Amino acid sequence: MSIAEMANAAAGLAQFSPAPSLLEIGDSFWLSAVLKIAVVLAVFFVVPLVVGYMEHKVMGHQQARLGPMEAGPHGSLQLVADGIKFIQKEDLIPSAADKWVFAIAPGVAMVPAILIFLVLPLGPGIWGVDFELGLFYALAVGSVTTLGILMGGWASANKFSLIGGLRAAAQLIAYELPLILAGIAVALQAGTLSLVGIVEAQSTFFIPGTEINLWYLFPQILGFGIFFIAAMAELARPPFDMPIADSELVFGYMTEYTGIKYAMYMLTEYAGMVSMSALMVVLYLGGWQLLPGVPMPGCGGSGNIFDCNALGVGLGVAVTLGKIMLLTFLMVWARTTYPRLREDQLQRFSWLVLVPLSLLNLAIIAVAKGVF
Amino acid sequence: MATTSPPGVGLLKGLGVTIKQMFKPAVTQQYPHVKPDLPPRTRGVIALMDENCTVCMLCSRECPDWCIYIDSHKETVPPAKEGGRARTRNVLDRFAIDFALCMYCGICVEVCPFDALFWSPEFEYSEYDIDKLLHEKGKLREWMDTVPPPPALDEGADAPGEVATAIEKANQELEAAKAKAAEEARAKEQGEQAPAAGDAAAAAPAEPEVKAGEIDQETFDRLIAEGKSERIARSKAKAAYVKKEKQRLKEQAEQQAAAAPAAEEPKVEAGEIDQETFDQLIAEGKSERMARAKAKAAYVKKQKAKLRAEAEQAGGGDAVEAPAAEGSGEAAAGEAAPSAAPRKADIEVEGAGEIDQETYDALIASGKSERIARSKAKAAWVRKKKQEQMDAEGDA
Repeated sequence: MSIAEMANAAAGLAQFSPAPSLLEIGDSFWLSAVLKIAVVLAVFFVVPLVVGYMEHKVMGHQQARLGPMEAGPHGSLQLVADGIKFIQKEDLIPSAADKWVFAIAPGVAMVPAILIFLVLPLGPGIWGVDFELGLFYALAVGSVTTLGILMGGWASANKFSLIGGLRAAAQLIAYELPLILAGIAVALQAGTLSLVGIVEAQSTFFIPGTEINLWYLFPQILGFGIFFIAAMAELARPPFDMPIADSELVFGYMTEYTGIKYAMYMLTEYAGMVSMSALMVVLYLGGWQLLPGVPMPGCGGSGNIFDCNALGVGLGVAVTLGKIMLLTFLMVWARTTYPRLREDQLQRFSWLVLVPLSLLNLAIIAVAKGVF
Repeated sequence: MATTSPPGVGLLKGLGVTIKQMFKPAVTQQYPHVKPDLPPRTRGVIALMDENCTVCMLCSRECPDWCIYIDSHKETVPPAKEGGRARTRNVLDRFAIDFALCMYCGICVEVCPFDALFWSPEFEYSEYDIDKLLHEKGKLREWMDTVPPPPALDEGADAPGEVATAIEKANQELEAAKAKAAEEARAKEQGEQAPAAGDAAAAAPAEPEVKAGEIDQETFDRLIAEGKSERIARSKAKAAYVKKEKQRLKEQAEQQAAAAPAAEEPKVEAGEIDQETFDQLIAEGKSERMARAKAKAAYVKKQKAKLRAEAEQAGGGDAVEAPAAEGSGEAAAGEAAPSAAPRKADIEVEGAGEIDQETYDALIASGKSERIARSKAKAAWVRKKKQEQMDAEGDA
């Protein structure tokens, strides 16, 4: 890609025209909105359950166990059964709790987790909206979840909850920074903040002077590593689960929560795994593209991954979901392998390692972009 | 912080450990679906063979938890032979183990001198009501069906005494039947063969036992000639005799086996189960373990019946002799029956406490102690009473 083209791409930011979504029904705004909401909710409620089941089984086998085996074939309906159980449980609110804040905190945490799915492209044409500031939106909305966690920790009137909530706040602030810096590097290379635009930019990115197509994973392997670690920390997944830290804080900010509210927090965590993985797929793994440089069957357009027929759309969605499962598997794998960090190690790792490295990554990408 | 490997390698090694483990089989046992394969000496539940219990109370007294309850009463057993003393015997009324108290130490099983208590590997008898953990005699007897057979003996070990006796007896019967059959066959051919040869062959199987007391004269003479002591020569000659006799008997048996290939081995393999019984018990809702144990017992019983029937058939080869013998036996029994007067042992005399004054006086007069005189007089009284009763019956 020549500098002139890059300049054009950069200029394109100014006159952004969103890529059309297949979820639009004619010109009807309301019908389209209903369909998009249905798709987003379906993804939000189903994919995290699949990921949760995968986590149960992978953790089980990595620990020489079988994992759930009773509910459904090979325990595949275990999380459905868990959900039904949570609904039946008594909804307890501690007498000293700040009742309103306590009640709405799980919602404050969960709603942003749903909203992220609005902009995530799951396949060619399968996205809610193609925002011009898609990446910014995704990272910004995702940060609101922190508020819900902090509210829950504060309102529980429990010292474990409070410490958990404060740890969560400190951790999310610390890791937000390398996460965003790594994301900026991708946006810089792609020349757009639109998530669909970033996928398109990856399908048309070639090693300078050659015809070899590459995903951003390869030039930005450092950025991918930073983003992956920071994403695990953002989600408070082990080995970065100090806000929950069962052995120290009972269950951190979730200690006082029961029943459906607890289930909402848990769903937020697993939906967060899915949305963060989907974001990494878009930023580093070429979105729904099967392999770098391989045109999608039944597709045309830019990089041969747009304007697809039914086969192309189905395959694209399958590829995206497959990559998401792969990344969530990596998160589970790390969870079973590594012990929890100490709170000071966590902060030190972010501020003294990840932030400088992400700044270095940003500088490299900026210089490279200027050179080529 | 002196490490040999570069930083980060340990992290990758850790990932390697977990991913390798993921593809190894899990160790989980799917318990309610798959029953555990328990070792034979598992301490699951204590079973009672109440026929063997003599109410010696050892188990109950040794039990550290005092969880064994035994009730019994005494019964008088008349003397086995004339002039004997009537005995008392303990009869078990209640034997209960409270498994809510039991700590499964196994001391009761250990101390039982009469093989009445056993460990069974059965462990699924939990209850919602603690009272139901008190297992009474009947329930403890039922657990007996789940007790596994004792471990197999080592290769080449002597068979247990009662088993060895039974096997020997069965072997002798079989040999005798075979010999008879062979004799019959020979008798038919007698017209063609020389009678002397037949007699010699018939005489040989007559003594199938090797008597250890005799000596082999040939060996003895040889050893004496070699200058051995008489003692050594005698013992070696004895051994030689036994060896020779055994060799001879073996050859004989081989000959007979060749003559009668239909003869079956009288051994019953205990390991197999009777499928019919097993299916039926499973259908009745018994546990798999119990069904298996009962089916095993049924198999052994059936096999034994079969062997017995076969032995009878083999005996039936000499169709002329066997029924005749039976008939004569019956006839003898019939003759004996009318003359068989009631034995003294069969008569019960109530009230053993009284004494025969006449005997007592005579004994005191002859200078015996009061104690001895009293006991002898008691015995005399009982004897007299019995005599009287028998006379009365004889008159009737």
